[in-house]
Order: sequence, then C-alpha cells, then structure tokens
Amino acid sequence: MKQKKINLRALAAIAVMLLIIILLENISSIIPGLPQVFWPTSPLFTVLKKAAVYSLVAVSMNLLNGFTGLFSLGQAGFMLLGAYTYAILMVPAASKEQVYYLFGGCAFNSSIIDILGGIFGTTGVGGAISMIIGCIIAIILAGCVAGFFAYLIGFPVLRLKSDYLAIATLGFAEILRAIFQWQKLGKITNGANMIKGFPTFSSFNITDGAGHEIVRLSTFVPFLISTVCIVIIVLLINSSYGRAFKSIRDDEVAAEAMGINLFSHKMLSFVISSFFAGVGGALFAMYVANAQAKAFTSVMTYEILLIVVIGGIGSVSGSVLATFLYVACSEWWLRFLDSELYIGSFKVPFLRNGFRMVVFSIVIMVIVLFFSQGIMGEKEISLAALFDRSSRKKERKE
Amino acid sequence: MRVRKVLATVMAGIMTFSLCACSSSTGSAPASSGSSSGDTIKIGVFEPSTGDSASGGKKEILGMQYANSETPTVEVGGKTYNVELVMADNGSSADKAPSAASELVGKDVSLVLGSYGSGVSMAGGPKFEEAGLAAIGVTCTNPNVTAGNDYYFRICFLDNFQADVLANFAIDKFSAKKAYCLGENGNEYDQGLVVFFKQVFEAAGGEVITDSFPTNNSDFTSYLNKAKSEGADVIFTPVSIAYAKQIMEQAASLDIGIPFLGSDTLDDNMVLEATKGTNLQLYVSTFYQEGGSEEFDKGIKEYINGNSSALTANGGNDTISAVTAMGYDAYYVALEAIKAAGSGDKAAIKSAISGVKYDGVSGSIAFDEVGDAVRDTAYIKTADTATGTWEFEKVQTGSAK
Amino acid sequence: MEYVISILLSGISVGGQYALIAIGYTLVYGILRLINFAHGDVFMVAGLLGIYFTATLPIGGSLPLVILVTVLLGFTIERAAYKPLRNAPRMSVMISAIGVSYLLQNTATYVTGGQPMTYPTIPFLSDTVNVAGTQTKWVVIITPILVLVLVFALTQLINRTKIGMAMRAVSKDFETSRLMGIKINSVISVTFIIGSALAAVGSILFFTNYPAITPTAGAMPGLKAFVAAVFGGIGSIPGAVIGAFLIGICETIIKGLPSAWDVSVFSDAFTFALLIIILVFKPQGLFGEAATDKV
Repeated sequence: MKQKKINLRALAAIAVMLLIIILLENISSIIPGLPQVFWPTSPLFTVLKKAAVYSLVAVSMNLLNGFTGLFSLGQAGFMLLGAYTYAILMVPAASKEQVYYLFGGCAFNSSIIDILGGIFGTTGVGGAISMIIGCIIAIILAGCVAGFFAYLIGFPVLRLKSDYLAIATLGFAEILRAIFQWQKLGKITNGANMIKGFPTFSSFNITDGAGHEIVRLSTFVPFLISTVCIVIIVLLINSSYGRAFKSIRDDEVAAEAMGINLFSHKMLSFVISSFFAGVGGALFAMYVANAQAKAFTSVMTYEILLIVVIGGIGSVSGSVLATFLYVACSEWWLRFLDSELYIGSFKVPFLRNGFRMVVFSIVIMVIVLFFSQGIMGEKEISLAALFDRSSRKKERKE
Repeated sequence: MRVRKVLATVMAGIMTFSLCACSSSTGSAPASSGSSSGDTIKIGVFEPSTGDSASGGKKEILGMQYANSETPTVEVGGKTYNVELVMADNGSSADKAPSAASELVGKDVSLVLGSYGSGVSMAGGPKFEEAGLAAIGVTCTNPNVTAGNDYYFRICFLDNFQADVLANFAIDKFSAKKAYCLGENGNEYDQGLVVFFKQVFEAAGGEVITDSFPTNNSDFTSYLNKAKSEGADVIFTPVSIAYAKQIMEQAASLDIGIPFLGSDTLDDNMVLEATKGTNLQLYVSTFYQEGGSEEFDKGIKEYINGNSSALTANGGNDTISAVTAMGYDAYYVALEAIKAAGSGDKAAIKSAISGVKYDGVSGSIAFDEVGDAVRDTAYIKTADTATGTWEFEKVQTGSAK
Repeated sequence: MEYVISILLSGISVGGQYALIAIGYTLVYGILRLINFAHGDVFMVAGLLGIYFTATLPIGGSLPLVILVTVLLGFTIERAAYKPLRNAPRMSVMISAIGVSYLLQNTATYVTGGQPMTYPTIPFLSDTVNVAGTQTKWVVIITPILVLVLVFALTQLINRTKIGMAMRAVSKDFETSRLMGIKINSVISVTFIIGSALAAVGSILFFTNYPAITPTAGAMPGLKAFVAAVFGGIGSIPGAVIGAFLIGICETIIKGLPSAWDVSVFSDAFTFALLIIILVFKPQGLFGEAATDKV
C-alpha cells in the first residue's frame, strides 16, 4: 500500500521534471527578453544533453561496479558498439554514398528510416512517426548488440577477479576500437572516417513548414530516454535480482552458499549493464552527431568511472547528480580558467590554456581523498524521505 | 553522517549559486537580438589549444591574432566597429567540440573561424548550423566538413586534391614506381589522404603499399625498415605533427635513404627541426611558402619575436607555418564577409560569404557552391637539412580533371 | 636478413624499456595490490624533467637529478594520494591512482602547452652504430644489458638485504608482517622509490630512442608494461622482465609483418588479446604464485 504510494509519487516527480525540461527549453520563445542562459543556444542545454547521456552510462557502470562489485573498465567499448550500431542503421540510404565516400558506399544500402518511411511515408506526420519509431528500434538494437558482445566476452572474463577483470575489459575495449578503425572493414564501419548524417536530438524539434522551430524537444529527448532506462535499472536493483547482485558484491562465498548462482548473476548484470552502455553510446552518437571510434578511448571510461566514484559507488541518484556537476564543471563553469583575465591592469596569474583541466583534476583528487564515499555514499536521494520525513520518524518510533 | 548531509547541501547550494551567477553575469550584458552588440563585432575562434592538434591550432590562432592586431576594426555602413576574437578550445577531440562550439554560439559571435583538424570541425558543425552561424574552416581538409552542412565554408584545398598533387609530384620528380604510405589507424585525415593517394598513384601505373600504426605508437623503426625492405621509392606520411617528428627522427638514425612526402601537417617547424643536420629528403605540400608575401613575412616575424607567448606558440622560433598564413587570410575573409553583409548579423554574413572574393597571402580565395575554396595549386617545399629552413620546390597543380 | 635483425633489435630495445616500467608495476602490485595507473605518467614526467634539466644543466649533472626528482615525485604521490586510503576499499585507491594520472597529464599539458617536446640527444647513447648491416642507435644495444644488470641488482636487494626481506614479507601477508613489527609505510615508500627510479632510467633510454614527448606519452607504454607484469606473473620480477621482452618482440614482429596482410594496426590489440588469453588460462601468469583465497 505504502510502496504503491511512493511509486506514484516518484512517477509524478519524474513527469514534473520532464515537463520542467520542456518548459526550460522553450521558455525563451514564450517569454522574450530573458537572460542568455535560457536561449536555445546557451551552453546550458549542451551541458544538460551531455549530462543526460553520461548519467545513463554512469548508472549502467554503477550497476556493475557499485551494485554487483564487478570492476569492469569496458564501458567505452560497449558505448562504441552502441554508437556504431545506431549510426550504421540510421544513415539514410540517400546519404550513404556521401558518408562512405572513401569506400564507394556502405555494405547495407538501406536504413531503418528508409524501411519505415516506405510504410509511414517520408514527409509530414508519417515522416515523423517513421523517424521516432526508427530511432527507438535502432537504440534498442544498439543496446542488444552491446549486450550480445558482453555475453560473448563474459564467458572468459567474468571468471577473473577484481583488477584482472578491470584490465581484461579495458583491453577488450581497446581491441574493439582497433577493429572498428580497420580500413578493411570500411564498407561497414567507414574505417577511420566518422559516420554522420543520421537523426540527432535536434531532429526531434517540431518545426513548421518553413523550418522554424515551434516546439524544441532536443533536450527533452535524451532526458526522456535516459530517465526511462534509469528507472528500469532502479526497478531491477530493487527486485530480487538486484538483491542477489548486492549479496554477490558484499560476499561472494556467502552468496553462493545461499544458493545464488554466481556466474549467471554476474553475467546477467554484465549483459544488462552493457546493454544500457550501448544505449548510452547510441545517445552519445546523437549528441555529437557522429560516430567515430577515436572518441571511445580508455580516457572516456576513466571519466565515467570518476563520475561514479564522485557520486558514490552504489548510489544511483549520486551518479546522476555527479554527472551533472562533473559535466557542468568541466565543460562550462570552469571554462573561464582557460582564458587570460585582467582585473584592472593586474593579470591574474596562472590563467591560460589548460589551467581548467589542472584545477579540475585537483578538485577530483580532493574528492577522492577526502570524500572517498563520494557525494552520496550508498544512499539515495529519496522522494519519500523528502516528502514525509515526519511520517518515517513516526514509523521508526513504533 | 550529518557532516556529509551538510556537505551535500553546501554543494547543492554552490551549484545553484554558480548557476545564478552565470545567468546574471551573462544577463547583465546588453541582450540585443542581433549578434553584434555596441561597437564590437565578435569573431569566434574554434581551435584546439590542448590535445593532439594543439600545436597546429595555436599556430593558426597566431595568424588570426596577428591579423587582428594589424586591422582591429572594420567599417560597416559608415560606422567603425572593433573586432574582437573570442576563443574556444575544442580540445582536439570530437566529444569536447560540441560544447566548445555552443560556447561560441552562446557568446554571440557573428561568425566562426576554424578549426585545425577536420574531426572537430565535423563534430562542431551541426551546432553552428543549428544556431544559424556561419563557420569558415581554415585548414580542415576533409571533404565531409562542408558537404551536407550549408553553414560551413573553407578557404583551403581538400584532401583529394592534396593527395593528387603529391602523387603526381612523386611520379614527376622521382619517377616513383612503388610508394609506401603510413598513417595513424583511426585518424580520418591520414587515412583519407592515403586512400586518395593510392587511387591516383595506382591509376598512373604505380604500386602502393599501405600501412597503419596504432594511436600513441612511438616505435616507427619497424615500419621504416619494412618500407626499405619492400623496396619503396617514396614514403608518404600524412600524419599529425607529433608522429611526423618521431618518424623523421627515427628515419634519420636508420639512414633510410628514401625520400619522404608529407601533407600540410608536416609543414611545421618542429618537423623541420627534426630533419636539421640529417640527410633526409622531405617534401611537403602546403598552402603557403615563406616569401610568398614579403610584407606579411616581415610583419608576422616581428609580431612573433615581439611577443613571448606568441613565440612559445610558434614552437620557439619564427619560421612561418602555412597554417599561420591561412589563419591570417581567414581573418580577412571574415572581415570581407562582414563588410559584404553590411552588419554583424550572422544570417546576413552567412548569405554574404559565398560571394566573397579575396586575394590573400596564400592566393586568391573564392567559394564554390558546396562552400569549398576554389583552388587549383599547392606549393611543394622541401626541407633544407643544412640550414633547417624550408626551400621552395615548385608549384604543383593536380592531374587534369 | 638485415630486415629480420632490425626488427629483432627494435623489439629487444622496446622490450627492455617496458621491462624497466613493468618492474615498478609488479613491485607495487605485489605489496599493495594496487594497479598504479599513475606509473606510466611518472615515466612521462621523468622524460619532461630530462628536457627541462638538460636545457639549463650539463648532461652529467642533469641525468642524476632527473632520477632524484622522479624518485621524490613517486614518494610524494604515495604519501599524498595512496597512504591516506590505506584502509579504504581497494577500488578507492585505484581510482586515486587514476586521479593522479589525470592530474599529471593535465599539468603536463598546461606546462608544455600541449606541444610535443623534443628530448635532448645524449652523447654516446644517441650515436648511431652499425649492427650486421643495420643502422641503429647505441641505446638499442645498451638497453637490454642495462636491464639485466639492474634486475640482477634488484633481485640481490630483495633476496639478500633486510629491507628486501621486509618487502617479501609484506607482499606475502600485509597484516601479519605489520604485527611482526615491520614498518609497513617505510617498506611501501622504498617500493615506490625503486619503481620511480627505474621508471626514470627507463624514460632516459626510451626517449633517447623515441625523442618526442607528449602529455599522453606515458599512457601506452605504462599500460603495456602492466600487461607485461601480468603476463610474467604479478609480483615476480624476472617474470615481469621476461613478459616485457616477449611483448616488445611480439609487438615489433607484428608491426613488421608484410603490409599486404594489413595486420600491423593490431599490434596494440594483440597485446591485450594476449593478456586476456593468459588471464583466462593461467591467471597467475607465467611465474606468479597461485593465489589462494582465504574464506
């Protein structure tokens, strides 16, 4: 009874958050004369989009590292699989020739959009439907491909322990990158070149006939997809599977003694985490509007790992919160550190290119050293706790 | 427990505060609806100053800064505006590029120059397109930068042209029959040039061996020895500066004896320095040759030597890189576009660019319907290993089309 | 034939340089069970120090100074970033290592301005020599010899001295050796000092051979050296050295395979594939001791 009430509240809160995002995105066209941060071109929205994408990947990594206790560093590799799957499937046939110009076209000379366009039509509402359904299918497939590869690689590597698992998955991601960059596979992966020309977040903006935007949805879409995925992960964590994962993390031997099949649960967690990393990869491709293996290096995995740690290993809301702080700091708030600054005739020392990253890494070291539990530790920001703290207190007394 | 809670609250507080601070600081600027405010027109500089391409990006910025110091104002409609360069570092990486691009968009620039490196230009391009902001690529040579993006223009030649020039040069100068091409795996610049070079060279009856090395590789002796043992007549290495430097240094110690061909990236004084005092033969195709414009050469050298940070950015000496000349020209093309548009309005500038014609130090610049520069010549120069300078070899045109 | 010799020569020298870094990994892992991700970056910083010191000091004075400052750096990193986390979960320490690596790389970018820096030529080491018709640098010949000498000295240190015995004890059982009155912290410091000194020597050899340093120059050699340490059995010094030579040689052979096969791009991927295979079939590596989990 009580549980249901909390769930309803959580759903309502999520709906309100999504509505706020839509409103925020369109507010500048409703109320003119607002400060620049609210304009659609403001860095605010770029940061929000990137953070929405990264928060999904961070939560998926947390599922594996924080909740199952499997230290994997293969996230960038699975994102790469997702990004390429999405990109290859979604480049319209008409632009394949141009995108794959070095290889004289792509091996698959069609795309999901073209197939669906044949059913729903390519313009107007039909075009919109085929694009939306196409994106959903491609994103799910992106996750499936990543999950499938995780299943294959899981057989050998999941038998390894902690650091060895980490280094093996890291190696796996590097191998994948080398394969995707291989010129011989250019007909499929476009070799070293980036794949572009597929629908991105901006394609979801509703425009009138003349191409003017009526309703902007380009920030809302990544939020929606990430939220849905994160909710699924949270539900999983709270299910009996999730409890099994946590017991494996806390004590493998005890978990096994309680009748939990270690290998199959580890595999399940690995595949699910990779599935969502793949979805995150597809979203990342939509965010940067291209897919290129060069971007998915181990540096990216480290970045996500740092986010997870800053947020608190074992806290979903911590990961999400940390992602927004991390992305906003590194891409926006600290940017002023990169340019020389004069106060009167006094030149502020140290400020020049690259200083932002130095400050940023010092901040990270401070967090790692002095708040080794992260912002949230293992706790969650819970709506229930926010809303009825008083009633909980009563409960505890009883 | 409590401490952490307090901390979390404080952090959240800081977060909201800085958000407010950001919004108020940007909000206090005059929020005019046009893209020029007051007496200043802002030009965005979208260049890498960190990451792999930092060295090239900085030299390109140097050209723009010099041009800006030379002509800091532009007269539009009888009124004189100050021109301000607004920098954004795209970090040489495609995942940092979109936010750098949107930072420029957010700072209300009238148009954008850059970037060095095609990958970042392609990643930032959609942001500019979305914002209706025109960008002029300076030395991004990949065909896909401008294709499919109405708002991206460029003033340099394309990869396929450059590869064509070099393949023809190899055949003309060395009567080469067999070429060994080495590029970085996963780098679209290297691989694109290699593929185009191969097409032209094989069409002319030559044989091409292609090879790639993994990112962050430092041992090139195996590749160079391989080129030697397979009997290559020329080695084509269209790689980024750091790798080119390594390759030259290792080739020198191997006493390789095969001439090297390089693309525009190798036209850099770091590469030149690596060849100094050796018996290497290095030929590069480029946009500009020192001596092309006496006035520019003199001015930029003075500028570089008179400014310690400029000197560091140029790698510690005053050899003029072609990208610097290109940056210089790009700035003037931008001014021409502003003049043609008659205002600092970004939409007007965008539609004016395609009509701009400008005679720069690197040659005359005009745009075709895709937004690419119409160029039919490239300069080939060779490294004088005794003095450590570039020497002009010839002007090479592509194969007849 | 000349070609084969040239490939083998560069393989051995690359392997030797990996070996010097790998020893640092294997020692630290043996004692702290920590993959010290910052080790590769310490190696890079040692290279940069070499550039800055030789710019002002004569070679003879600057090289020992490079080693000294690198040792100080390694010591400071351990004290500042790892010691406070001694009782924290192992993952926190590893993340701290990643953080240090991040900090070193970003600071290097800031200081150098992101430009590739040129390593100075060191007399004799940089001179060229002709081996069986192949031209190469003296450093290529010197490296494997120096590695063997250093490894011999190190094994003597570990097997014959008191501090060596303490190191072995700590790596066997952390808690018990603490109870036995071994000063854990000084043992760990010594480990980091040895590792950093070897990394500094490695950097002098490596960058004399490949004289360009970028802020990420340490990442790849570092990762490969770690793979070498795992390959040889982590904790075992001879294992790490043999692993490093094997990886170095395999890698150069793959790079040197005929271009028509187009497999040279997989030289890095091969290293990792080898790692996964080794881990799956022989998790303790070639010479490592099988770990027993106490319940």
